[in-house]
Amino acid sequence: MDKNVVVYSTPTCPWCHRVKQFFQEHNIFFQDFDVSQNQQKAEEMVQKSGQMGVPVVDIDGEIIIGFDKDRIEEALDL
Amino acid sequence: MYDLIIIGAGPAGITAAVYAARKRMELLVISRDIGGQAAWSGDVENYTGYQFITGPELAMKFEEHLRKYNISLKENETVTEVKRFGNHILVETDKSAYQAKAVIIASGKKTRELKVPGEKEFKNRGLTYCATCDGPLFSAKDVAVIGGGNSALDAALQLIKIARHVYLINITAQLDGDQVMRESLKKSDKVTIFNQAQVTSVLGDKFVSAIKINRQGKEENVSVQGVFVEIGLIPNSEFALEVEKNSLGEIKVNCHNETSIPGVFAAGDVTDVPEKQIIIAAGEGAKATLSAFRYLVQHKF
Repeated sequence: MDKNVVVYSTPTCPWCHRVKQFFQEHNIFFQDFDVSQNQQKAEEMVQKSGQMGVPVVDIDGEIIIGFDKDRIEEALDL
Repeated sequence: MYDLIIIGAGPAGITAAVYAARKRMELLVISRDIGGQAAWSGDVENYTGYQFITGPELAMKFEEHLRKYNISLKENETVTEVKRFGNHILVETDKSAYQAKAVIIASGKKTRELKVPGEKEFKNRGLTYCATCDGPLFSAKDVAVIGGGNSALDAALQLIKIARHVYLINITAQLDGDQVMRESLKKSDKVTIFNQAQVTSVLGDKFVSAIKINRQGKEENVSVQGVFVEIGLIPNSEFALEVEKNSLGEIKVNCHNETSIPGVFAAGDVTDVPEKQIIIAAGEGAKATLSAFRYLVQHKF
């Protein structure tokens, strides 16, 4: 069963590009919200992660701040 | 035992690695990230061969070039110590330890911190070091940019388009940085410039709500929800304890990229080479590998 992966990002941050590139390389489907355009999702991101830095990754409710490759791999059993 | 360990994978480290791979050296690259500061740069219009490319795109090109060769790469790993041990060099990291005949330090620079109360607590809770990345989250909010050089002016100009009001907190009597940027800031009615002002603490509950500043001898609070720290860079050289550095902490190198320790070379922004530019760092990386290669041949390792 595929896990539900959500990325909160801005178009200008290099780590956001890297985290999305990582998912693409591993053929993992993800939803991407641009929090610079979507105020509602920006607030959701802050609420979920308790902080304002991007990227934030939500994998089935597990919140990972930044491009933390080790934790992402663990959460996805890669 | 490796022939060569390269610390860092910015323009200097990646170029050094490409040269080393083509010399068929037994090679290991250890780095926290890939692309270094280039990945955080805006538009690049002075890297020969690219009339226009963004920093992240150029960093991606560098990475593609690196990955064309089968180079062992340890990402997300931080070097904690580099020292000479017998006739080779020992590199310790937060995860392991390695040995090599020669080492190139190309670990670049990192953002300087304010070192005031509240800075650590509110990092990513309103306080950030990257206006380009996190700026968009401060739409219609009041923010402060700390600094008076080009990076601070650039951040303030980016934030004018997003935030409600921008306070520029500058420690010197006048703004430094390019005149064109200074003029556009002075023209904007969304910017307040405080010269001779120093941040003494960052205040808030869960998130930043204000900063305390000392302005020309008087303490006052400025109510802001965002704080952008842009007070320059410091070299990532603290792990190179025995290597000679200048007063800024930059590693001293001669024109062959040799440091004060035989077998330890350095390249790019971490060194005292004048002018910090992507293309200069890349060229220095190439030079460092060629010097290291000659060192290995001469010492008949």
